[in-house]
Amino acid sequence: MRIFTFISLCMVMAFISACDGAWNNPYPADESDDNTLYSSFQERPKHLDPAISYSSNEIVFTGQIYEPVVQYHYLKRPYELIPLTGEALPKVSYVDGEGNTLEDASGDVAYTIYEITLQPGIQYQPHPAFARQGDDYLYHALSGTELASIHTLYDMQQSGSRELVADDYIYQIKRLAHPGLNSPILGLMSEYIDGLGEYHKTLQQARSGDEWLDLRDYPLTGVEQVDRYTYRIKIKGNYPQFVYWLAMPFFAPIPWEADRLYSQPGLIEKNITLDWYPVGTGPFMLTVNNPNLQMVMSRNPNFHGEKYPEEGAPGDEAAGMLVDAGKSLPFIDKVVFSLEKETIPYWNKFLQGYYDASGISSDSFDQAISFDAAGQMGLSESMQAQGIQLKTSPASSIFYMGFNMRDPVVGGESERARLLRQAISIAVDYEEFISIFANGRGLAAQGPIPPGIFGYLEGEAGINPFVYEWVDGQKQRKSLDQAKKLLADAGYPDGRDVGTGKPLTIHFDVTASGPDDKAWLNWYRKQFEKLGIQLVVRNTDYNRFREKMSSGNAQLFRWGWNADYPDPENFLFLLYGPNGKAEQGGENAANYASAEFDALFETLKSMPNGPARQAVINEAVELLRYDAPWIWGMYPVSFALYHEWYKNLKRNMMANNTLKYARIDTVLREQRRAAWNPPIVWPLLVIILALVILVTPAFIAYRRHEKKVVS
Amino acid sequence: MIAYIIRRLLYAVPILIGVNILTFWLFFVVNTPDDMAHMQLGMKHVTEEAVDNWKAERGYDRPLFYNEQQDGMSTLTDTIFFDNSLRLFVFDFGQSDDGRDIGYDISERMWPSLALAIPTLIIGLLVNLTFAMLMAFFRGSYVDLSGVILCVVLMSISGLFYIIGGQWLVSKVLHLVPISGYQPGVDAWKFLILPVVIGVIGGIGSGSRWYRTIFLEEISRDYVRTARAKGLGERLVLFRHVLRNALVPILTGVVVVIPLLFMGSLVMESFFGIPGLGSYTIDAINKQDFAIVRSMVFLGSVLYIIGLILTDISYTLVDPRIRLN
Repeated sequence: MRIFTFISLCMVMAFISACDGAWNNPYPADESDDNTLYSSFQERPKHLDPAISYSSNEIVFTGQIYEPVVQYHYLKRPYELIPLTGEALPKVSYVDGEGNTLEDASGDVAYTIYEITLQPGIQYQPHPAFARQGDDYLYHALSGTELASIHTLYDMQQSGSRELVADDYIYQIKRLAHPGLNSPILGLMSEYIDGLGEYHKTLQQARSGDEWLDLRDYPLTGVEQVDRYTYRIKIKGNYPQFVYWLAMPFFAPIPWEADRLYSQPGLIEKNITLDWYPVGTGPFMLTVNNPNLQMVMSRNPNFHGEKYPEEGAPGDEAAGMLVDAGKSLPFIDKVVFSLEKETIPYWNKFLQGYYDASGISSDSFDQAISFDAAGQMGLSESMQAQGIQLKTSPASSIFYMGFNMRDPVVGGESERARLLRQAISIAVDYEEFISIFANGRGLAAQGPIPPGIFGYLEGEAGINPFVYEWVDGQKQRKSLDQAKKLLADAGYPDGRDVGTGKPLTIHFDVTASGPDDKAWLNWYRKQFEKLGIQLVVRNTDYNRFREKMSSGNAQLFRWGWNADYPDPENFLFLLYGPNGKAEQGGENAANYASAEFDALFETLKSMPNGPARQAVINEAVELLRYDAPWIWGMYPVSFALYHEWYKNLKRNMMANNTLKYARIDTVLREQRRAAWNPPIVWPLLVIILALVILVTPAFIAYRRHEKKVVS
Repeated sequence: MIAYIIRRLLYAVPILIGVNILTFWLFFVVNTPDDMAHMQLGMKHVTEEAVDNWKAERGYDRPLFYNEQQDGMSTLTDTIFFDNSLRLFVFDFGQSDDGRDIGYDISERMWPSLALAIPTLIIGLLVNLTFAMLMAFFRGSYVDLSGVILCVVLMSISGLFYIIGGQWLVSKVLHLVPISGYQPGVDAWKFLILPVVIGVIGGIGSGSRWYRTIFLEEISRDYVRTARAKGLGERLVLFRHVLRNALVPILTGVVVVIPLLFMGSLVMESFFGIPGLGSYTIDAINKQDFAIVRSMVFLGSVLYIIGLILTDISYTLVDPRIRLN
């Protein structure tokens, strides 16, 4: 018994000593004071190779590691590009079909040349790909024996670095065409970068099994090295939006040495590839890569240095966003991303102070947000008591319902179909949808261009006059009677076809698999019932949905778009005729085709932002509103909560390299964590006591039973 | 016994081939290679050429089962099925559709699964047996009745309630352990203690009732009456005689699941952020990564067969009358 007591005491002591600080701290106790930002990821990233990676959950990592030549200004709005590794923004020049340089883009532009000059002296992060012994690279030709002892990249003990040069950017552009990579933007970029499509075919022929293709040996006509730090990209025609692509990791540099190292089959078999061990020049480098558990990025010791912006948007200074102006970046030493699949533990860990910032899921919305008497949203009292702060900003996205313009009932250019679409657009009350299903986190869309993108207009000038009226200084959805009148004019009085007398039935294709989806599907049915139209929901999985969309077999569908870059072209192209999904496999899922709109789109897409472009955009958007190929749906509004120790957080929906601006008050964080998470032990003792009380009578009964003498 | 085991292992081969064909067929009926390519390549700017390239890179541009373009054996061997399935029999799982080495991922992720599943099984077994024996000992008394009611109550509560309630009480209110997460090595205990306790409590209801039924059935046997008649105490009767004779049905339920512990617990791992094989499988299904799904189904089948063989062997250990012929 004494031994048992001793062991128990030892275990309790070990427990208490192991739980130095807060017992529920999920991180090692000795890291509590570290200058670390704690975040999470819900789904493990599939790709970290910048030629392939295109998902938002991947760009969180690649954005901090890789450095394209330009980046978005962190604070200024509207979004503005500034140099990153480039000395200046790319110099743009235009040439005609005969190679003559044009003064501007107003002439017959055959090619646009982007000339980019890099800052000298930028070094790569330490990486084994650069490790050398004399003239030889240490790890570029590993033997079987050497491979046997390598299980992760970090098993290669030696590392090196070298200066960033123009050739590294060229190498990456060539990688976009590598047949073994399947870059998602190869198809798109082949339309613009001169010779890229042909280059893909060349590499396909040159490729032999898994052998490494040294892309330096295969010239690409569309890119040219001018000198050690300067290169040119040749774009077919005039595509001013190309500069935005240059801000994405697709156009970040890749050193050939890394490609060579990772091409070894023995390393590929062990998951040691560029897809999992990125190498860049950015402020952070990936030091722990366990996508099943935790990803850690640490400060890159070779980072070339960058200063916090000294100017921002109006109001930034008052909001304290310029306190660190001019200071060296990054402020934090480490970023720890923990895998967190479920929203409940994620939310609770945020409240306990173990995550520094958080979004708001539907489950936690009521706990986080409250509405005052005027209906204004704000932080709940419990959030305010914890010093949590809220940032909101419209996302550069749109969720819409699209009519298939090839459909004989809802599609086409006939007046009847147009009136029907306009009537439905009025009846589907997206203000109500946002209130019920998005907790108010959205704005009813007035057209395809969301707020924050050039071309979006506020106030009366920006409303959709076919769905809204301007009443007492506010937009107001048109009445149901007006929708019914339009429906009757379309030949469907009370939702019945005037010719056949049959009720109008519309098929709605959606991908709704969750248990909560039934509610919003019913809501859609009710919206159509208001007009007497029967809505038949055709619920399917995404693959079947995609097939229907590709073959143009849907009638009404729900979809969305998230901007690649902050230009109206990136939204209006979703309705450009030659991008029709059914015939051309493009992104125009409604298969809308209007010669008038197409002409306007072709004009505006290459215009610089300004009043002239705004006028053309207004004309194009007005035409779309009139034709109503979409029910414009909603622009989502992004909500972010962050603790008071998280400094310099400003939502930037375009930039993906923002962690370098974050600053953490670690002392305050540690104090708050300790105050919020004191271990409470007495209920455990009560439970143990209760168990003893419960078991004791049974034990007594057992003893009595054992001692019972049969007489 | 060796001949029996060899025979059982040989029986396993056609079973595994059948499982493979069925998994393959079901997966490809639901997901065409085109669907898989779209899932991997994303939703934006994906061209048909990119889809074709993706399929060609992974050999998904060939027929599923029969290649008419080829001659001889190649009609069968130059197919997606043959290329993807045959190597499984030497436990070469290949690469996932996003390029990861599946064998390496399995070897990494099985340890957290085992770290969670083994203590849950052992402690759960001990608790359930003890509780069941207690109820059997006090059969017909208030202890038995209360125990049965408690078991029914515990069985009636959803497993998710235990998880969410446990996280809320122990981690959020009492701040005793982390609400979720994992650290490899000895630090793992801090993250495992709550899911193990919850797993044990969640299993008490069904487990204890089942074992109680077995014990009560054994207690009514003649040999127990004989044991009591010769003056043995109730403790000895229960532990030395009843428990030993009840082991065959207990082992039937327990030994068969031991190899499957490798496969992990989907819900527990997901809620507690434990990077095991349960979440690995469900992630693969969500991502339509056939290579992983196929590997995990194959592995599950192999482990289940091993579990069944181990169960048979365990019978011979607890009951000398049983011979594996």
